[in-house]
Amino acid sequence: MSAQLAVMATDTGINGVALAVLIVLFAIVTVAGFMASRFKRADSLESLDEWGLGGRKFGTWITWFLLGGDLYTAYTFVAVPAAMFATGAVAGFFAVPYTIVLYPIIFIFMARLWSVSHRHGYVTTADFVRGRYNSRALSLAVAVTGFVATMPYIALQLVGIQAVLEVAGLGGGDNIIAKDAPLFIAFALLAAYTYSSGLRAPAVIAFVKDILIYLVIIVAVIYLPGQVGGWTEIFGAAQDKMATTNEATGKPTGTFISVDGTHWAYATLALGSALALFMYPHSVTASLSSNSRNTIRRNAAILPAYSFVLGLLALLGWVAIAAGTNPIGLDGEPNAQLVIPQLFEDMFPAWFAGVAFAAIAIGALVPAAIMSIAAANTFSRNIYKEWLNPAATPAQEAKVSKLMSLVVKGFALIFVLTLDKQNAINFQLLGGIWILQTFPVVVFSLYTRWFHRYALLAGWAVAMVYGTVEAYQVVNPVTGKNFGGSLGMIPGLEQMGYIAMTAFVLNLVISVVLSAILNAAKVSNGEDETIPFDYIADADDPRVQKDLAQHQSHEDLYGDPDDVPGNAGAR
Amino acid sequence: MITAGVLLMIPIVALMWVPSYARIEPELLGFPFFFWYQFLWVFLCSALTYTAYRLTLAARPRRTPGESIAGPGPDGSDSTDGDR
Repeated sequence: MSAQLAVMATDTGINGVALAVLIVLFAIVTVAGFMASRFKRADSLESLDEWGLGGRKFGTWITWFLLGGDLYTAYTFVAVPAAMFATGAVAGFFAVPYTIVLYPIIFIFMARLWSVSHRHGYVTTADFVRGRYNSRALSLAVAVTGFVATMPYIALQLVGIQAVLEVAGLGGGDNIIAKDAPLFIAFALLAAYTYSSGLRAPAVIAFVKDILIYLVIIVAVIYLPGQVGGWTEIFGAAQDKMATTNEATGKPTGTFISVDGTHWAYATLALGSALALFMYPHSVTASLSSNSRNTIRRNAAILPAYSFVLGLLALLGWVAIAAGTNPIGLDGEPNAQLVIPQLFEDMFPAWFAGVAFAAIAIGALVPAAIMSIAAANTFSRNIYKEWLNPAATPAQEAKVSKLMSLVVKGFALIFVLTLDKQNAINFQLLGGIWILQTFPVVVFSLYTRWFHRYALLAGWAVAMVYGTVEAYQVVNPVTGKNFGGSLGMIPGLEQMGYIAMTAFVLNLVISVVLSAILNAAKVSNGEDETIPFDYIADADDPRVQKDLAQHQSHEDLYGDPDDVPGNAGAR
Repeated sequence: MITAGVLLMIPIVALMWVPSYARIEPELLGFPFFFWYQFLWVFLCSALTYTAYRLTLAARPRRTPGESIAGPGPDGSDSTDGDR
């Protein structure tokens, strides 16, 4: 066994069996994705809408199962363990408090957003802002931010796919085209079937994905720790590694637990990510698709259980340290993103490594599809129809959505090819810096109209510029690339913290001060089309029922992407 | 409602207060305190959120099925909790 392990660990070439399993499973999913468009409404019991309506009758347990499948993506399987492996707990384990405090936060505001959205037929946060302040500019700001911030998030999923392909031995070669060819092929397939099948594609694939992911998670977190000598051994190996000195910076390699200088970083990364997640278009679409405002709250109570498994998966990055996993890319350079696929290849029989690879790759494809559809819908509804072609028919709107789902993925690909992939978790954090700046506009406005629309716009604009400039100035000490991290000095505290939170506070201060001035000067704050009752209406309200009925099918642009009511969207 | 809000704030405050748990001892099953303490909060948070959910359900007045509620509700005030 150990001799076999050694051979496999040093072999960076093609792993035939694993690759074959990966390709077969990938092909099945791709065919299913294309076939999805051929399901016809109400033709038979097998039809997707039947399946979808069935989904609305699912009990708590099945819904819970399906939800979980959505939460495990490239972020969980690739980026977080890679950050744990490379630089330790502060860089990676913050994902656990992030995914815990997330739920109390959404519990508080999401029900109000659900109610007002279904009373007025809003399907994006930009719609709500437009209705609340009658401000096209503020609505545009929210829409553009949602569109742009989704790109690095999709890029993270593509990095996950690329990591799997690279460990499986694909993507070698010296020239750029051959090197990235498998990524381009996976990308093209994803783009093609989301283009042709729309929301139906992720809905059909989601089930396969969930089963594969659970299989791999259960096996990985039960089987692997025992193979390397148990948890004491694992934490010991991690502690030793994190205490060594990094040659490039002269500082310790990483953090075993949060220490005095990193508490702010740890807390702000967790809180900033949690506040940001439900501002993304795909999360909003998924939450609004739930059948009652209480579905979201009930789910908020049962979903934290998944954070437990997320934590164990994060610790797989340290299992890899104890196992001596050596993630070397096909270009001969070390690449931390490869650590989990490499660990699986080293420790599992080849066929199961193939299953694990497929789980990661498909687990990244589904959210990438959902995210790109949601971002594209925001574009067609709040930018195209609102600004470019107000007379657009639903058919034109759908066509623009389809095209934009390609464009947004194209931009994501540019992120993958140009930014520093060594630290993929940073892609998600970069998106967070941007999307978090829409939080005051959306969430505060759910409760009060004291904030002035121009003040919110000014706060957003300054924070966006500040956050982007700060993030750009973070240079990776090893590669010398910009956008090398998401931590910056917090002015006044002289501690490192998540740039998104610093920008968020700046945003708040500007919004409050300017609102006070503009309100005192009695500058008009726009017409409000909502009434207080809108924010507490439930599914028993006739207007809400009408709106719910409208967005039930996968034909509809703004329907539920995966038939799981009220889910968090992919992480 | 206030109780529910306090219950929801507890996990946020506890987990943001990083110095309170950034230590290795006491270990549990080989896990340093820093890790098992955060794992523990997964369940505490779930329990607190569920309790808050029950509280909001109880606080929301039940309506009879036939009653029309198309217009502004009886509680038309611009409440800031909105969970009644």
